[in-house]
Amino acid sequence: MTTHTPRDEQDASIIIREAAATGTLLNVSGNGTKAPMGRPNQTDASISSSAMAGITLYEPAELVISARSGTPVLEVMRVLAAKGQELPFEPMDYRSLLGTRGDPTIGAIAAMNISGPRRIMAGAARDSLIGVRFVNGRGEVVKSGGRVMKNVTGLDLVKLLAGSWGTLGFLTEVTFKVLPKQERMATLVIRGLDDRQGIEALSMALGSPFDVTGAAHVPDRDRRGGSTLIRLEGFRVSVDYRMNELKRLLKRFRFMDLLEGVGAEALWQSVRDATLLTDQGNRAVWRVSTAPMKGPDLVAQVARSLDAQWFYDWGGGLLWISTPIDGDSGASVMREATRAFGGHATLVRAPAEIRSTLDVFEPQPEALMTLTRGIKASLDPAGILNPGRMYAGI
Amino acid sequence: MTIAFPRPDERVLARRKEIVEGLGRLVASEALIVSEDERRAFETDGLTSYRQIPLAVVLPSTTEEVSAILRFCHANGVKVVPRGAGTSLCGGAIPQADAIVLGVAKMNRVLDVSFEGRTARVQSGITNLGISQAVAHEGFFYAPDPSSQLACTIAGNIAMNSGGAHCLKYGVTTNNLLGVTMVLLDGTVVEIGGEHLDAPGYDLLGLVCGSEGQLGVVTEAVVRILRAAEGARPALFGFERAEDAGACVAAIIGAGIIPVALEYMDKPAIQICEAFAHAGYPLDVEAMLIVEVEGSDAEIDDMLRRIVAIAEPFKPKTMKVSQSEAESAAIWKGRKSAFGATGRVADYICMDGTIPTGQLPYVLNRIDEIVKSYGLGVANVFHAGDGNLHPLVMFNTNVPGEMEKAEKAGEDILKLCVEVGGCLTGEHGVGIEKRDLMTHQFNAADLEQQMRVRGVFDPQWLLNPAKVFPLEGRFAA
Repeated sequence: MTTHTPRDEQDASIIIREAAATGTLLNVSGNGTKAPMGRPNQTDASISSSAMAGITLYEPAELVISARSGTPVLEVMRVLAAKGQELPFEPMDYRSLLGTRGDPTIGAIAAMNISGPRRIMAGAARDSLIGVRFVNGRGEVVKSGGRVMKNVTGLDLVKLLAGSWGTLGFLTEVTFKVLPKQERMATLVIRGLDDRQGIEALSMALGSPFDVTGAAHVPDRDRRGGSTLIRLEGFRVSVDYRMNELKRLLKRFRFMDLLEGVGAEALWQSVRDATLLTDQGNRAVWRVSTAPMKGPDLVAQVARSLDAQWFYDWGGGLLWISTPIDGDSGASVMREATRAFGGHATLVRAPAEIRSTLDVFEPQPEALMTLTRGIKASLDPAGILNPGRMYAGI
Repeated sequence: MTIAFPRPDERVLARRKEIVEGLGRLVASEALIVSEDERRAFETDGLTSYRQIPLAVVLPSTTEEVSAILRFCHANGVKVVPRGAGTSLCGGAIPQADAIVLGVAKMNRVLDVSFEGRTARVQSGITNLGISQAVAHEGFFYAPDPSSQLACTIAGNIAMNSGGAHCLKYGVTTNNLLGVTMVLLDGTVVEIGGEHLDAPGYDLLGLVCGSEGQLGVVTEAVVRILRAAEGARPALFGFERAEDAGACVAAIIGAGIIPVALEYMDKPAIQICEAFAHAGYPLDVEAMLIVEVEGSDAEIDDMLRRIVAIAEPFKPKTMKVSQSEAESAAIWKGRKSAFGATGRVADYICMDGTIPTGQLPYVLNRIDEIVKSYGLGVANVFHAGDGNLHPLVMFNTNVPGEMEKAEKAGEDILKLCVEVGGCLTGEHGVGIEKRDLMTHQFNAADLEQQMRVRGVFDPQWLLNPAKVFPLEGRFAA
């Protein structure tokens, strides 16, 4: 199978134009570290951004960075860190969960709208993504947004491309709004709470004026109550003050510790990357987004039918759930739960033969699928870009 | 009057009686406005120099009524101009002679609030401030705060992806919107997103936000509500040179401080606003920054100490920290009434381009040159942290030709914004005002792609069709 590695936008345009003319189905990727996600699809060739790397603009005083889509995320983070800045949305690294190697690219962060624990406070990748350049399925180079953070000029195709998994266009350059890295991080750990109490504590913290930047609850395996994690970031003076206030606010939950330094960083990394689940061997992994207060009920319903393990991020609104891979890997139970409680579930990790037989993403109502098909056709009329990766026929 | 409206469809005008009767069967009689006098109340919006009396105005009370109206208009080829409160500064809600206005202002209830989940579901005709007021008793608020927040609706905010003075920290509408109930042109009601984060599939919510009423009519919205900070306090810094103010902004951000608001006003704006609001603005400086920080008293003191230390090398002529709630309110009253206060001393058009903040001194000088070359004056107020400019080009309507000159100057300013790497509009929208300038920011491929996506929702160009896209070069998907 041919792998195209265009060196620039013009190259990519020629390759895609040719593919559209010949009906060649293209697998769209960066460095392939998230290849085992989504619906497995049959393609004739692939196009990768791996040869399109490099930061094209960085203005720390304007809080903006642009990079070619194949630039490694770690490179972007390193350049930002040198100026005391970071990507606000704390992108997850999927490699541990998926067992893949290689350099995740900044283009994939945009294309898959990948965020982490700070999403609850700072928004998702799509909220920081302020500009894209891409090649659509006709082979045309299109731009949307730009390098300024306030921009409402025309339809927001930036948002449409974010999270479209390469099915609408091949991203060639992405521009993100960035933020200063905070001086101090501290995490309040409450021990011994069950799920409902844990989410209640997180909700109290998130409903406080203290700008909580991380809110996770990790149940104990033996169901003796878990660890409830509340993170603050900011200037030293501010974090000290707010941590004290937070303890006072949450004083009815006893058994509180303060966690700082590398241990705390490692803990949040394991929340971010969902590695809290990966030592469970060969199991399927689901990512469920729901209203935060419904998280415990949703997971309780799932756990009545399945041997499930889980933890919560985003104040209870994001559930990482592992299930046995037997049968449909828990798909029917999961779909029933999202129907009952609202939200959506994505099968993040499962063997390809399972992912190819069921809906990896939450099925959408027919009216939204009609719009989805229309949008796909408006950007990729020949249906050559990552066909079927998100939904059958898209 | 340099912006053209499309020629009205004579066949639709000829069927006016039949169309009005058809609409009359769908809504109660008090929800249908037919007489010319009453229709005239809807002939313009915040861009008052342009006006068109619509065919009829309907003010539905439910999503079902909106659905029935759109289904009828779709079946009968009648154009629809959606309207919130009509505060658009770019003519986004200005009607057309052959279109009906569909106003959502009657649908203004709060449907559900979850303080634990930090969301509110509201009908789309509620005002921006109305949402904050509905959750204020628990210390919560809705973050985007356009200056028109007392009047503007969340429907209009969603259509324009509105911002405000505090979006440097809290983001704009699209960052605070979790879901919508939207009626498509054929009457289909869709739910996008909900009380959870990050809707599955394509980001239709992100696409709808800022689409200027061209993809559908939003009837309900789920928005994120936030717990307000313990306190907030603004400080004023006056500078002798615009360059110093600009460099001070860069230094504050460079030091890792993101104030909740960072506003810039030039000398004419300071004088106009001070005369109106008596906010204690310094009158002897060329440029002024309002820097607001949030937190507890101690946190605010600490943060302002840092900011004062950063500002000192730029030799501010005045530095004044607000000492009371009343003083803070006056400082913000001055800034937020900049448009209204300017309107008391002159006619003006308000521009809304965004520039990379590093280009600030250059752009301000060029704006001055441009406006002077047309023999006019300008007052500049803008969001300095994000480079969103609001030059108010002042003119006198009673002097023949001045308005046209002001429009030309405005156009030149927006082209300048694009040239330096910015955009035509940061938060007001394109509307009719900037429609014909779109080709300066986008090439044919960019615009065609946007129109193709638009065509998925409205292939016949019935929804707010005179707006956003240049009249030349349009095509049905």
